[in-house]
Amino acid sequence: MSEQVGLRGRVWFKILAGNDTPDNDDPKSVLSRTADFGSEPALFLCVVPDEDSRFPCVRDGQVGLEEAYALATHIRKVIGEDADEPKPQKRPIIAIVDVKSQAYGRREETAGIFFAAATAADAYASARMAGHPVISLVAGHAFSGGFLTHGYQANRILAFDDAGITIHAMHKEAAARITLRSVAELDKLGHEIAPMSYDVRDYARLGLLFRLLHAQDPQNPTADEVAEVRAAIAAAIVDARSGTADLSNRWKSDVARRTRKGTLAVRAALEAQWMNA
Amino acid sequence: MEHIELSYPEAKRLITRRAHVGVVGSGDLEVLLEPSRDGVAHVTVTTSVDGFGDAWKAVLDRFFSKFGGAVRIHINDAGATPGNVLLRLEQAAEAVEQ
Amino acid sequence: MNMTNLSPEFLNRRSFIELDARARAQCLFDQGTSTELVGPFDRIESPWLPRQGIAPQSDDGCIIFKGKIGGSPAVAIAFEGAFQGGSVGEVSGAKMTAALDLAARDSEAGKPTSAVLLLETGGVRLQEANLGLAAVAEIVSSALALRRHAPVITIVAGTVGCFGGMSLAAGVSSYTIMTREGRLGLNGAEVIEQESGVDEFDASDRALIWAIHGGEQRVGMGLADSLVEDDADEIAATVRGYVRAGVPAKHRSEQVEFYRKRIAAIDTSSQIDPATLRQKWSNSKGRVR
Repeated sequence: MSEQVGLRGRVWFKILAGNDTPDNDDPKSVLSRTADFGSEPALFLCVVPDEDSRFPCVRDGQVGLEEAYALATHIRKVIGEDADEPKPQKRPIIAIVDVKSQAYGRREETAGIFFAAATAADAYASARMAGHPVISLVAGHAFSGGFLTHGYQANRILAFDDAGITIHAMHKEAAARITLRSVAELDKLGHEIAPMSYDVRDYARLGLLFRLLHAQDPQNPTADEVAEVRAAIAAAIVDARSGTADLSNRWKSDVARRTRKGTLAVRAALEAQWMNA
Repeated sequence: MEHIELSYPEAKRLITRRAHVGVVGSGDLEVLLEPSRDGVAHVTVTTSVDGFGDAWKAVLDRFFSKFGGAVRIHINDAGATPGNVLLRLEQAAEAVEQ
Repeated sequence: MNMTNLSPEFLNRRSFIELDARARAQCLFDQGTSTELVGPFDRIESPWLPRQGIAPQSDDGCIIFKGKIGGSPAVAIAFEGAFQGGSVGEVSGAKMTAALDLAARDSEAGKPTSAVLLLETGGVRLQEANLGLAAVAEIVSSALALRRHAPVITIVAGTVGCFGGMSLAAGVSSYTIMTREGRLGLNGAEVIEQESGVDEFDASDRALIWAIHGGEQRVGMGLADSLVEDDADEIAATVRGYVRAGVPAKHRSEQVEFYRKRIAAIDTSSQIDPATLRQKWSNSKGRVR
């Protein structure tokens, strides 16, 4: 597990949103700013490590209670502010994702982190359904409950084509332990079974990504690379605005038609049988 | 992972119903039993435990020695004992005979 | 055994927990009105499990019934806890998403169709990792779309409980029904112990587990709506009640400010006592259904 978790997120938040000072009302682990993106304002959101968090289990960049509610608060505020705007003027919401996981703590379970996470996912999805283009930029790690809370409800997802990017349901070490394999065996399995892979290029084959981005070193991008990322995000916003407000693009893409045959078979069968039931 | 296929040409009695029993838990199995398409009985087994082909044949031979229905049976198995397999087959057979 | 505790009600009850997912889903519907969809004989199974030497199940552990509940159109979608821990794979997840989408489509066309989610699940199926995780995100999205038009009712009865990403689906539901045996949380005790150590959570402490995740606690602290006995008739009646109640004026997961303030008020200097938290949260004035 890379020690760099959270650093790339902050780097890209600063590049795209202009500065990374947290809001006074927010925990230091949540960065939120409305800044110009192209010709319109956009809300940028990022969760970063806060080693002084009053919740001990979020100090390495996990998404915990305060983080989830802060995200939900900012998103709902923007939904409210843009409520009377026509759809093309609802500001984009850009989630910069570099999260280690959800928080694994007793305080969190006691206080209902499942529900906190639900409020954030609800807020992101509600924004999307209201017409805001919601874009996720996976700048580092996107694991499990952390990604479900922050980023996975987006219209479009972008990720860097880089070894430092991991999108997955469980950390490699834990997954190896549970499946009774070595980490090397798990890597090999990932090449054969795309959904198990820790390689972002295999993730890209699942049809869930809008685009893979290129940067020699995503933590220290050149000006040209930043311009390309901006252009890609802009394209994602246009694409989101031209599509439906649901997540159906994830199984309707050309790539998904090849890898998500099970999903498509289910949807076709259920639709056919539903009418007659 | 093994796939086993067996046929029972002597099992020709018309069956008109279908039945499903069981859950594929660890050490358990499910049986799907429905009318055959060609007038005799066929069985397919998908099992996560390799090397028990003879045991499967023995259990199915025993089942069909009493049940002569022209059925298509599919089994998904996660390591059930022969006794458990026979029990599920008999439950499925009973369900279609009612 | 104290014979005076064996009331006729207790003796006559039919355990819901002892039923498999299919029987649980079926018992919620008005007699004779339900049909199973994409069932075992359709054989839409996991494309990923056999390649890893794991026996698939004909319905991939997700059972769908459509019919009437209390006279109103409804769909029930149940995860089978005994198959791969009720975990969400590509196919089982797609079944739940598609059923929610079709219920939403009918609802938008003027035929409000409630959805009942029977969540007996540990979360994402590890052997299908990224497709399972994507499926969970899609389920949550589709539940949020449907609940604008018709209630999404979650049942967590046990014994597996509702953990992992699927706990977010419970969190966005219109109403959540739990038994005392049922548990609801993002991470189970074993996972917390593995990731953060036994001092953080001793997974062998069953009393602690139920004090934090159990149905009585979740309902008592206001994060679930009904605490029911392990009784199929009572559970079916409770579901009927929520179908009849319809969409709530505001969903719990929309009330961010209310819950954010509650978290801000927590003293984190030591572990939180669940009983004290429940007392505090059930006493403070808040929006009730």
